[in-house]
Amino acid sequence: MAQTPPKNESQVETQKQSFGSRMVGTLLRRQEASIFVVAIILLVYFQASNAAFLSQGNLRNLGQFIAATAIIAVGLVMVMVLGEIDLSVGQTFAFAPIVMWIAYEQLLLVLPLAVIVGLLATAAIGLVNGTIRVYFGVPSFVVTLGMFFLLSGVNVTLVGGFPKTAPEASAIKSALGAYPYSGIIWCVVIVAFMHILLNHTRWGIHTFATGGNFTGARESGIKVDKIRVWNFALCSTLAGFAGILEAMRIDSIDPLAGGANTMFLAISAAVIGGTPLAGGVGTILGAFIGTLVLSVLQNGFTLQGVSAFTFNIILGVAVLVVMVLSVYIGRIRKGRKVT
Amino acid sequence: MTEHEVLRAENIAKGFGSVTALRDVSLRLEKGEVLGLIGDNGAGKSTLIKTITGFHRPDEGRLLLDGEETVLKSVSHAQSLGIQTVYQDLALVDDLSVYHNMFLNAEIVRKPFPFLNGRAMKEKTRQYLADIGVKIPSIDTEVAMLSGGQRQAIAVARAVYSDAKILLMDEPLAAMGAKEGAMILDLVQRLKDEGNVSIILIAHNYAHVFEVCDRVNVLQHGRITYDKNTGDTSVEELTELMVSEYRKARAGGEEE
Repeated sequence: MAQTPPKNESQVETQKQSFGSRMVGTLLRRQEASIFVVAIILLVYFQASNAAFLSQGNLRNLGQFIAATAIIAVGLVMVMVLGEIDLSVGQTFAFAPIVMWIAYEQLLLVLPLAVIVGLLATAAIGLVNGTIRVYFGVPSFVVTLGMFFLLSGVNVTLVGGFPKTAPEASAIKSALGAYPYSGIIWCVVIVAFMHILLNHTRWGIHTFATGGNFTGARESGIKVDKIRVWNFALCSTLAGFAGILEAMRIDSIDPLAGGANTMFLAISAAVIGGTPLAGGVGTILGAFIGTLVLSVLQNGFTLQGVSAFTFNIILGVAVLVVMVLSVYIGRIRKGRKVT
Repeated sequence: MTEHEVLRAENIAKGFGSVTALRDVSLRLEKGEVLGLIGDNGAGKSTLIKTITGFHRPDEGRLLLDGEETVLKSVSHAQSLGIQTVYQDLALVDDLSVYHNMFLNAEIVRKPFPFLNGRAMKEKTRQYLADIGVKIPSIDTEVAMLSGGQRQAIAVARAVYSDAKILLMDEPLAAMGAKEGAMILDLVQRLKDEGNVSIILIAHNYAHVFEVCDRVNVLQHGRITYDKNTGDTSVEELTELMVSEYRKARAGGEEE
């Protein structure tokens, strides 16, 4: 009998502990949540230090900056959930508007058709990436590295080395990026669509399964090859679409647009948002918030007159910290393999 | 032989490069029957299961389902024909929740929309697990957090509750404690009593084989070497068979 009270106490204690650890666990698990907190803190900080930060003009800038990177990043999430990578997105980004321009100026197609041709061309790039990865067994890092160089050459060659002017003003051009807010509207629509695709459809679950346990997914009858090839196509198409939006916005078809910088920024955004490269885990909303954080950092520092080098240092540290944290979290979670 | 034969494998051979896993396997499975399949590690049991489930394409031989020759193009093809499998590796995705795993590749969607019906899947998952008698803290947890026995129960439940006509179970009791193991054996017994599903059960524990199986086959060196009704044999006979084979091999090895 005398032993009963202490027993109770210890029970209460473990309950408390489990509640507390559950809270911590949720925070740790929902990586979007923690990065969202960071985004809010940054917004408050930059607004406090510079009243122009949340002015309409700057928000418009910010929106334009976010749109392209976020669209690329959410496409990358689909590939990264599979445990793959696409290094060619920066070049696909420039390739789409070039193909569109050729279809429009040289094949004389109407603009909507030209845009579709551009997107189909980028989908084809993704299919080539995915096919070489899946059916020839070449690691995606190598495949898309090859595609990166290939496309950067092709892009410059196709336009003879000089930027071209975008198609003349039209409603479609406005809708596809020329109107200042069209980019961010497209971005929000695409993020919502991709979030639903990844989390609320069979395609998404099968993508998680293929990335999380490849053999198990195959054993369950999931068509893992189809999943992989078409997610590469989806990733490339989104990068191409982002490229078209950007080309319309800046009114120029630039063969040197995008490139490695855009690609690495998008990958960083996805990683910071909670999509490690290990496969099986990923979040679309996280990639969006990750982009938001990087964009706010870059924009805020620019307003404060901090140099681009400082931004790169912060970006580098952020990626490293996030990756160390995610590996650490993986280790403290029971039964989870850490590689 | 007067009974209805749901599955027949004839002269199945399968190799991986220079390794021959199955040399010449012929077996049959009748409706409502539970066939025990035993054999040493590396005898080819899992390869045989994976051939019948459409994961591997056999190099030679043929499969007959309900008397009709069938070439299984893929696992999903086999599933559409009513063949379901509990794999030795369980085929669970650690990062997905219990109910996502329960309905992996058989997800319920909100027709006519392509969106997952999480509520229906959760409800059925709860029902299935309760049916088996396995307690899992929350079906929203990722399966990575569960014990070996719980994981195995999910893999078994997934195959059992999928309207299978032929159920292949590759060591479904391997990671289970006595209590959970008994639950699964009870489940197999129940399925047998209902008589709608035919089962091939791989087990290392011969007592389990005798508890639920109608017939037992032994797979050795890629061949079925032994086929008897469980009523006509005993644990001792099977043990003797397996051990003598090992002793013979050892003696043979010494002579050479």
